Amino acid sequence: METLLNDFSPGLFVVQTILLLGLIFLLVKFAWKPILTSLNEREEGIKGALDAAEKARAEMQNLQADNDKLLKEARAEREAMLKEAREIKEKMIADSKEQAKVEGDKMLKQAQVAIESEKKAAVADIKNQVAELSVEIAEKVLKEQLSNKDQQLKLVESMLGDVKLN
Amino acid sequence: MKEVSKMIRTLVLLCTLCISLQGFAFSEGGDQGAVDTKDEVDAYIQHHIKDAHDFHLFSYTSDNGERKHVGFPLPVILWSSNGLVTFMSSEFHHDDAGKVVVEKGGSKFVKLHSKIYELNPGASEVRFDEHHHAENAAKVLDFSITKSVFGILLVGLLMLWGFSSLAKQYASKKVPTGFGRVLEPLVIYVRDEIAKPNIGEKKYRKFTGYLLTVFFFIWILNLLGLTPLGFNVTGQLAVTAALAIFTLVIYTFSGNKDYWMHMVWMPGVPVLIRPILAIIELAGAFLIKPFSLLVRLFANISAGHIVVMSLIAIMFTLKESLGVVGATGLSLVLSFFITLIEVLVAFLQAYIFTMLSALFIGMAVAEHDHEHEHDATGHEIPDAEDVRGDFI
Repeated sequence: METLLNDFSPGLFVVQTILLLGLIFLLVKFAWKPILTSLNEREEGIKGALDAAEKARAEMQNLQADNDKLLKEARAEREAMLKEAREIKEKMIADSKEQAKVEGDKMLKQAQVAIESEKKAAVADIKNQVAELSVEIAEKVLKEQLSNKDQQLKLVESMLGDVKLN
Repeated sequence: MKEVSKMIRTLVLLCTLCISLQGFAFSEGGDQGAVDTKDEVDAYIQHHIKDAHDFHLFSYTSDNGERKHVGFPLPVILWSSNGLVTFMSSEFHHDDAGKVVVEKGGSKFVKLHSKIYELNPGASEVRFDEHHHAENAAKVLDFSITKSVFGILLVGLLMLWGFSSLAKQYASKKVPTGFGRVLEPLVIYVRDEIAKPNIGEKKYRKFTGYLLTVFFFIWILNLLGLTPLGFNVTGQLAVTAALAIFTLVIYTFSGNKDYWMHMVWMPGVPVLIRPILAIIELAGAFLIKPFSLLVRLFANISAGHIVVMSLIAIMFTLKESLGVVGATGLSLVLSFFITLIEVLVAFLQAYIFTMLSALFIGMAVAEHDHEHEHDATGHEIPDAEDVRGDFI
């Protein structure tokens, strides 16, 4: 203990105290403060960047989900539209078929009616013409045959004979 | 793996170099001549452990038998009875036994065992009593730039240079390059492993400057002490005492109401016990804590120096019984491993001093009625400040 106390140098103690005080002051001012500030700033920067990245990732995920949803909806919509279109097409086809059939039938009927009436008209016309012709022929025949008296009498007789027969 | 083995190789090389150079210094050292016998080795080690007034690198005996010392003198600054006196240490001509008397500023000075004494008026040389104490001389206040002060200045300048250059790097880039890349993790280590856990997240910032300064100061000086330059700064009681008192002053002045309350009038114990506890607490805060700090560092570093030097001295003391090769080999192997351990101790002591300083400061500024985090079932989760007491 005595040697220790003897070895203790008060002068060195004072010098060390002053130097250490100066060293602490200078280092705090020129080294530790800027270093720690920069380190903190850097760490906060890193933390912020990481947070931002995490946020961006989450947003990205949300976006992806939204995209998927949109895509799905679009696909469903397309499907629905296609289906509807197909239905409309079929319906249209069916409708037109129906209409065409009805129209056709109608036209057919009209045609038949027309044909019938034309036929009747034609037949009537033919009848008339035949009648006229017959009358003309008969007239001519009669004129021919009745140009002499014998023949006229013979005709009357044959006619009368027919009547008898009847 | 490659990096590690490279590092180990470098370390081994450095240690071997240190030992061999120290051995060299040893064999050629001493005040009077080569150091050979056990007594001379003891004296040499004792001399080395102390502070010195000149920077002595090594000595040798020239061809004509003259003793030559290689080194440089350092300024001596004394506060004597006649006021301030300064001269260079070379005026003592390497004398350490009180034989050379230097007369300056009306006073006579002698150097005795690395201490400078002022002779009483009228005396012309030192007289010794039977314990080899100077009878007619008194110690003077010695503010000299001794070898330790030189070391402190050197380390101080190194730290200022190194860390301010690191600080400047941040102005231009986010991640430092070069030597700063080595320093930055050390700074972060002290902040995250020493300051933050011991003082607490909220208040650590104010004390980190002191802790960083002390940590690097002690560590670099410890390492410097392992080199053959022969510094023993952190093995000087005055230096460790100053460091411990800095810590004492800091935690005393930053102590909050709770801290003082717990010290002088401990709540929660019977009133009769409180004064007794107060005495113990006060003694603990003002004597035991700083004393443990200063003695731990001083004793560890001094012991390390003594052990390494003693093991190197095996080279000379066991020369007869083991032969030159045997003694040198044994000394080399032993001192090599001890030096490796000393490299670890150099860091460890710096760490322990800083850690305990942080702990004491943390105890002084701790908030006792702080908010606790609660876990899912509503139980309080103990935080660092609650369990700290378990480790002290």
